[in-house]
Amino acid sequence: MARTILYNLIQLLFVLGFAPLYSGVLSRFKEIIQSRRGPSIFQPYRDLWKLFHKDEIVSSETTWIYRITPYLVFIVPLFVASLIPVLTAYPLAFAFMGDMLAGGFFLGLGGFFAALAAVDTGNPYGPMGASRTRMVGFLAEPVFMIVFFTVSFVAQSTIPYIVQQKWVVSPIAFFSPAHILLLIAFLMLILAEGGKIPVDNPTGHFELAMIDESKGLEYSGRGAALMKWGGQMKFLVLTCIFLNVLLAPWGLAADVQFGHVALAIPLILFKILLFTIVLVMIESSLAKLRLFRISEFLGAAFIISVAAMIASIFSASAA
Amino acid sequence: MASAQTQLIEGLNALSGGLILLTAFGMVAMRQVQGVMRFFIVQSALLATSAFLIGFNRGSIHLIALGVITIGAKVIAIPLVLKWALSEDLYQRREIDQVINIPSSLLLVLLLAIAAEFLVSPLVSISNDPVVHVNLPISLALILIGAYSLIARREAIPQLVGILAMENGAFFAGVAIAQELPLIAELAIAIDVILIAVVIGVLTRDITRAIGTTRAATMSELREEPQQWR
Repeated sequence: MARTILYNLIQLLFVLGFAPLYSGVLSRFKEIIQSRRGPSIFQPYRDLWKLFHKDEIVSSETTWIYRITPYLVFIVPLFVASLIPVLTAYPLAFAFMGDMLAGGFFLGLGGFFAALAAVDTGNPYGPMGASRTRMVGFLAEPVFMIVFFTVSFVAQSTIPYIVQQKWVVSPIAFFSPAHILLLIAFLMLILAEGGKIPVDNPTGHFELAMIDESKGLEYSGRGAALMKWGGQMKFLVLTCIFLNVLLAPWGLAADVQFGHVALAIPLILFKILLFTIVLVMIESSLAKLRLFRISEFLGAAFIISVAAMIASIFSASAA
Repeated sequence: MASAQTQLIEGLNALSGGLILLTAFGMVAMRQVQGVMRFFIVQSALLATSAFLIGFNRGSIHLIALGVITIGAKVIAIPLVLKWALSEDLYQRREIDQVINIPSSLLLVLLLAIAAEFLVSPLVSISNDPVVHVNLPISLALILIGAYSLIARREAIPQLVGILAMENGAFFAGVAIAQELPLIAELAIAIDVILIAVVIGVLTRDITRAIGTTRAATMSELREEPQQWR
């Protein structure tokens, strides 16, 4: 028991520590593909360090929502990280607290407060970004729902650990159309939720075109650092769900030996590295969609997820 | 009977079936003529894969030959023919206009796919061949989606691709149902399909030359000025 709590803490530290590296590697790869020089992969750490040592300025017009939001945005991905398989293939000490639906709700809570805080500032760009994020959010919601339904229908459970074991068992289950369609739908969802290129440009500095970034414009110092770190961790957590639950649950520690858990860390990092290359290829080969085309992008994700649901229900009734 | 290899092949067939459905959705979602064509090419290649898999599983030379014919006709010949027949400008045009906008058509197409599953399910329950269980609903969905894009698209080439998708649907069903689909029949169909593509391609090119558009929706008047046509 004490061991699983320890591993759970390691899992949290993993997410905490490697989230900035992940975003650094992502932007570095992108720069290599675009043949620019770009900063080193450790730049996000330096950015965070710098922001933590700066003064924080809080507008006197804002309320408590504005002040509490950075902490919530920072904590929520950590909560989710303790529910999902990041390093181990078996549930850890805190995994009993919630299933995949709870993870979705937690991430939604962070997004909700970020949107409220953006409106709270009175900055004209904040509410614009917040309303756009909500638009992407409510278009992504049905896709999330259908993905969850299908996953829980196939695995007879909504606990991520059981879901993951269901897909590993046989290559037939892995290559079943329901699974592949789900993977595509969830990948599109990650691109939308993480503010990646077909939906949003994460490196854009033009306020009118921002979706995700403009919510944090008013934050400075520690608040900005927490918001930034929280966003990076959210993306890492989504990636872990995609990789460890749905796509490739290999390389996770299968037992409680310390060495295996320690070995899992480089394996997972390697998996994330491969995923980063795919992500960079997607991001570099597509153009950003116009705002009103986002509904089509997520509509397509919805159609794909429903197709996955049909496929899984009918193949189950046939068997 | 159900050895591991058979199961794997059936699984891969199911996968290509699912991806074929995905390409059918993609053909409805695309705005560009080129994009529609690309999805059609991928769909035909998947179709050929399915024919290869089933042919290998049943030890049928006919089905494998069918796969080769499909690749020759639909993956290579038809795109080349259309590219030859159409001007570059027409081939790469964006913003095909539709009767119903794209998100709504995607939802309609989804309903068609669900309807296809339900309509076929009593038929499918007769057979206990897993290949039939996968192929029949998807082929009916393909036929319905092809018919839908015939109705909803207003440009000539996507309408042609709609017809070809319907043909693909029929082929996908035929592969599953007929143990030994006669090669001669499929050969005739393949040549027929290429001929359809040539005829429509040439017609479209001439219509574009004569009146500068391929929007089928605006061609509602009869004109008796034969000198304009050549």
